[in-house]
Amino acid sequence: MKKNWAAYPYIFWIVIFTVVPLILLFYFGLTIKDSKGVVITLANFKRFGEPVYIKVLIRSLILAAESTFLCLLLGYPAAMILADRKLNFKSTMILLMVLPMWMNFLVRTYAWLTLLEKKGIINMLLGYIGLPPLNLLYNDFAVIMGMVYNFLPFMVLPIYSVLSKMDHRLIEAAEDLGANPLYTFRKVIFPLSLPGVTSGITMVFMPSVTTFVISRLLGGGQYTLIGNLIEEQFLTTGDWNFGSAISIIMMLIILVSMGFASQYETHQEGGGLW
Amino acid sequence: MVTGFFKRGYLFLMFVFLYAPIIVLALYSFNSSRSRGSWDGFTFQWYLDMFQDRHILASLYYSIIIGVAASLVATVVGTAAAFGIHNMKSLPQSAAMNLTYIPVLNPDIVTGISFMLLFIFLHIRLGFATLLLSHITFNIPYVILSVLPRIKQLDKSLYEAALDLGATPNQGFHKIILPEIMPGVITGLLLSFTLSLDDFVISFFTTGSGVSNLSITIYSMARRGINPKINALSTLMFVCVLILLIIVNVLMSRQQNSNNSRRLGNV
Repeated sequence: MKKNWAAYPYIFWIVIFTVVPLILLFYFGLTIKDSKGVVITLANFKRFGEPVYIKVLIRSLILAAESTFLCLLLGYPAAMILADRKLNFKSTMILLMVLPMWMNFLVRTYAWLTLLEKKGIINMLLGYIGLPPLNLLYNDFAVIMGMVYNFLPFMVLPIYSVLSKMDHRLIEAAEDLGANPLYTFRKVIFPLSLPGVTSGITMVFMPSVTTFVISRLLGGGQYTLIGNLIEEQFLTTGDWNFGSAISIIMMLIILVSMGFASQYETHQEGGGLW
Repeated sequence: MVTGFFKRGYLFLMFVFLYAPIIVLALYSFNSSRSRGSWDGFTFQWYLDMFQDRHILASLYYSIIIGVAASLVATVVGTAAAFGIHNMKSLPQSAAMNLTYIPVLNPDIVTGISFMLLFIFLHIRLGFATLLLSHITFNIPYVILSVLPRIKQLDKSLYEAALDLGATPNQGFHKIILPEIMPGVITGLLLSFTLSLDDFVISFFTTGSGVSNLSITIYSMARRGINPKINALSTLMFVCVLILLIIVNVLMSRQQNSNNSRRLGNV
C-alpha cells in the first residue's frame, strides 16, 4: 500500500493555494509602495497602533468577549439539561439545537433584522402594551444579539458532549459524601466540564472577533469592527498593505488564543477541538 | 417535579430564542403588505417575484454548480491526499497535516483576502473560476480530516489476504479498501457540499462582477434593508434543508435497521 504519490497533487495544490497566498499576505503587510518603489517596512503595523485603530480592536475584543460570556451563561444550563439522563425525547431535543446551524449564516443574521427594526415585531409588541418603540437596531445590543444567536449552538454542543460522557458515579459519590447540589456543581461537575467550556469559548470567540457581516448588517454602516476594517482596506480604500498587516494581526490573535485553549485542554486531558 | 418543570421551561425558552426569528421571517414572506408594521393578508406574491428575479435565479444556479463541482473535486483530491499523507514518514506527515489545518483554523476573512491576493497576483480575473478554486481549496482539509481516521482504522491484513488470494492491487483497493473508507468519504463529500453552499466570506472576496452565490445575493440585498423576496428565499432554503435532513435521517435509520436484521439473520 505504498501510495506516497497520491498526496502529490494535494501538496502541489496546497503550496499554490495556501502557502503562496500567505507569503503574499506577509509580503504586502511588510512593504509599502512609495515613489521609489516597494520598500520593506513595519510602517503598516505601526499605523495600526494609532488610537483610531486600537479603539476598533478593543471594541471587537470586548463585543466578542461579551457575546462569548452570554453564550456561556445561556448555553451551560441548556447543555446540562440536555445531558440529563432522565430527559425525554433527548435525540429530538439535540436535533432541534443543531438544526439552526444548518441554516445559511446570512439568513440567520437577516432574521434579526426583521425582529429588531423600527417597525419590527418586537416594537410592534411593545406598542400593543402601550410602550414607546425602542431603537433596537444599529447598536451594540443588535450586534451582540446577532453573535449570540449565530454562535450559541457552538457553545452548547461541546459542553453537552463532555457532560454526557462524564462518569455519573463521581456525582453520586459527591452526594453520598454530603455535598449539596451547588457544592457538587462547583467542585465536581464544572471542573470536569472545563474541556468542553474551553472549546465552546474558542468556537464562539473566534468567529465573533473576526466577523464583519453581523456588524455590517445589524450594526449599520458606521459601526466598525476589525473585520470591517480589513474589508474596507481591500474593497473600498484599496490599501492592501495596511489591510494585510491588520489580517496578520488578526491571525496572530486567533493563533495565540487557540494555543492557550489547546494547552489548557491537554492539561484537562480532554479531546481536541476537532 | 418542580426542577423537571423548570428544566423543560428553560429548554422551551431556548428553542423559542432559536426558532422565533426563523418563524417570524417565514411569516413575513406571506404578508401582502410591503411595510412590516401590519399584516395585510396572505399572499404568494413574494415567491412569484423571487422566481422571476434573474439575479436570484442566477445565484441559486451558481451556488449549486459551485457546491457540486467543488465538493466532488475536493473529495477526489482529499481522499487521495489522505492515503498519501497516511503513508508518509512522520516528519513530512506532520508538516502536511499542519498545512492542512491552516485553512481550517485561519479566520475566513484572512483566507478570503489571501486568495484574492493570489488571484490578482497571478492575473486571473475574479469570477466563476476563482470562486470554484477557492471553494475546492477550503473543502479539501475537511475531506482529509474525515477520511484519515477511516484509513487509520483499516485492517491491513484484509488487503494482504485479498492479494494472497490472487486479487490484483487494483481489485484489492476497489473491493476491500474503498468500501471500508466509504463512510468517511461520504461524510467529507456532504460536509464540503454544505460548507460550500453556506460560505459567504471567502466567496465575497474571491468572486468577480456578475458571479455571485446565494449568500452574496442575500448580503447585498439585506444591506439595502428588508426585502420580502429575501424572506421568501430564506423560507424556501430552510424548508429544503429540513427536507434534506429528514431524508438523510430516514435513510440512515433504515440502513441501521437492515444492518441489524442482517446481523440477526446471521446468528
